[in-house]
Amino acid sequence: MSERVLRGVAAAAGAVVGPAFVYREGQPEVAAQPAGTPDEERARYEAARSRAEAELNQLAERADEQAREILTAHQLMLQDPELQNLVEEGIQAGQPAEAAVRAAVEQFAGMLEALDDEYLRERAADVRDVGRRLVAALTGRTVGIVLRQPAVVVARDLAPTDTIGIDRDLLLGIVTEQGGPTSHTSILARSWGIPAVVAAAGVLDAADDGMTVALDGDTGEVVLDPGAETRSRYEAAMARAREQAERDRAEASLPAETPDGVRVELATNAGSPAEVAFAMEKGAEGVGLLRSEFLFMGRESAPTEEEQYQAYAEALQNANGQRVIIRTLDIGGDKDVPYLGLPKEENPFLGVRALRLCFRRPELFRTQLRALLRASVHGRLAIMFPMVNGLADLRRAREALAEARRSLEAEGHRVADQYEVGIMVEIPSAALLADHLAPEVDFFSIGTNDLVQYTLAVDRGNPELAEMYQPYHPAVLRLIDRVVQAAHAAGKWVGVCGEMGGLPEGALLLLGLGVDELSMAPALLPRIRRLVRSTPAAEARALAQQCLTVGTPEEVLALVEPVVRRTV
Amino acid sequence: MVERTFTLSNPTGLHARPAALFVKEVQKFADTEIFVRKGEKEVSARSLLSLLSLGVAQGETIVIRCQGPREEEAMAALAALIEGGLGE
Repeated sequence: MSERVLRGVAAAAGAVVGPAFVYREGQPEVAAQPAGTPDEERARYEAARSRAEAELNQLAERADEQAREILTAHQLMLQDPELQNLVEEGIQAGQPAEAAVRAAVEQFAGMLEALDDEYLRERAADVRDVGRRLVAALTGRTVGIVLRQPAVVVARDLAPTDTIGIDRDLLLGIVTEQGGPTSHTSILARSWGIPAVVAAAGVLDAADDGMTVALDGDTGEVVLDPGAETRSRYEAAMARAREQAERDRAEASLPAETPDGVRVELATNAGSPAEVAFAMEKGAEGVGLLRSEFLFMGRESAPTEEEQYQAYAEALQNANGQRVIIRTLDIGGDKDVPYLGLPKEENPFLGVRALRLCFRRPELFRTQLRALLRASVHGRLAIMFPMVNGLADLRRAREALAEARRSLEAEGHRVADQYEVGIMVEIPSAALLADHLAPEVDFFSIGTNDLVQYTLAVDRGNPELAEMYQPYHPAVLRLIDRVVQAAHAAGKWVGVCGEMGGLPEGALLLLGLGVDELSMAPALLPRIRRLVRSTPAAEARALAQQCLTVGTPEEVLALVEPVVRRTV
Repeated sequence: MVERTFTLSNPTGLHARPAALFVKEVQKFADTEIFVRKGEKEVSARSLLSLLSLGVAQGETIVIRCQGPREEEAMAALAALIEGGLGE
């Protein structure tokens, strides 16, 4: 049979070729079979129910907090007396247990789907999930992905309950029929460092268990049953990636120091405690930005103090004593968090987001600050406030932090003596007033993504304006220069946690402007480390000074690009 | 028999997590019959699916009815849970 090429969306980098494990959830389970006597069917049903219950218990053992919540709901559905009554009625009427379960589940799913509340409508999927588990148990099967050998998982899309049980060491890659770059599948693959392609239409119909699948998580290509030529192309790419990985690993422990002895701290951005662990394996010297939003998104109510404390403590422990900068909640306007009931705004990026939201929801802020302070004893914590536009914001946030500390101490909780407190510099007013802000913080971290957008008044999500979004605009460089000068004059350090720090051109300029720390995605570390190690700081400084004098981004790039080509 | 009316003030009403907490509390009173009513529809408080299918949103009113040897105690426990914001 000849190979078949499909196109999907690149979701997690890397190329791989291996045997497929096709996960068809919701497949027609069993051919209709004659029912036994009601007593026999009832006994089968009871046995299946205890098997399903045992499976859920087993999954709960290795689940994180969020998944455990889903599993608890599934347990209660499995024990639901009304569901059982319906199944019993079906069995009494002479149906096989499978049919009785399916009918009962559909009745409840239908009731939920008829509700006005969108969240509750989606719970229909949970009842069906429970029903699938029961029917599988009736036929001696287990739902969920259980790999027995290394494989590429091919699926429609993966839900948290599908992936809880996956053995990470056996997972070579993921291809899904649906999903997008921000779906659960993609996030999971990136945090595990496993190549993935999503939205590959037709893959589920075309693939079979054991069929060889090649996928390229950088281009979105998927090849089923690859021919010899394609196979060797992929195997060569895998070999190159292995070599590169080996080289990167060897260099990972080398300090990011310029030939003339200037040390830059290379840190990574992370979106969850698991990503912190992954970043440390990649040789990061700390976490320059841990977005706390992971705790708040995709759920139905705000996380409790205890839940947050556990997650922050885990992140700090995963960093093995390195600094972890945790940014307080940066939500609002454009991000969908239904339970916060945020009003739609004309101009979400200029609206009630981040700190502004926290000041309006003191309980939400207080809970997070208490959780952060309680976690401070588990590692080297730095707390960072986003969207500070001047001294008033900073002082108000610090007062809330001091208040949280007092309340914890009054209750006898332990809080570390030392933790850093800093702000994200992303609003031009904060950059311009950096000299006033610097004495009242321990550090600045420049959020270049928003700083560029606010300085140039260009929406970074608007494709019409993509060309106008210019991180190397001299106006932006001048603001960064001002921030660095002000920080250093006050004896404080400055990091950069925007995309700019992970690009060679940006890193070179930031190095020249005197930035002390660069934080980026783990995959970008090796290249930036090589850049730093091969560029004298004196040369970078001279280049940056020259760029501060020109008037257009084109001139900046014309100066920077030749140096980058030479060094990386 | 005891009956009491409650207005749910927690942010999500009877969504999965609050409803699960509610059912777990109800399970502690195996000897008492407990029902939840919204409008015309009354369901067993032991059934998570039935509770969810009532579609109780924040600010809506439900009536809880307990009947059995520990009806007062059950009502007090459920009242405390609801007034405490159902874990939210």
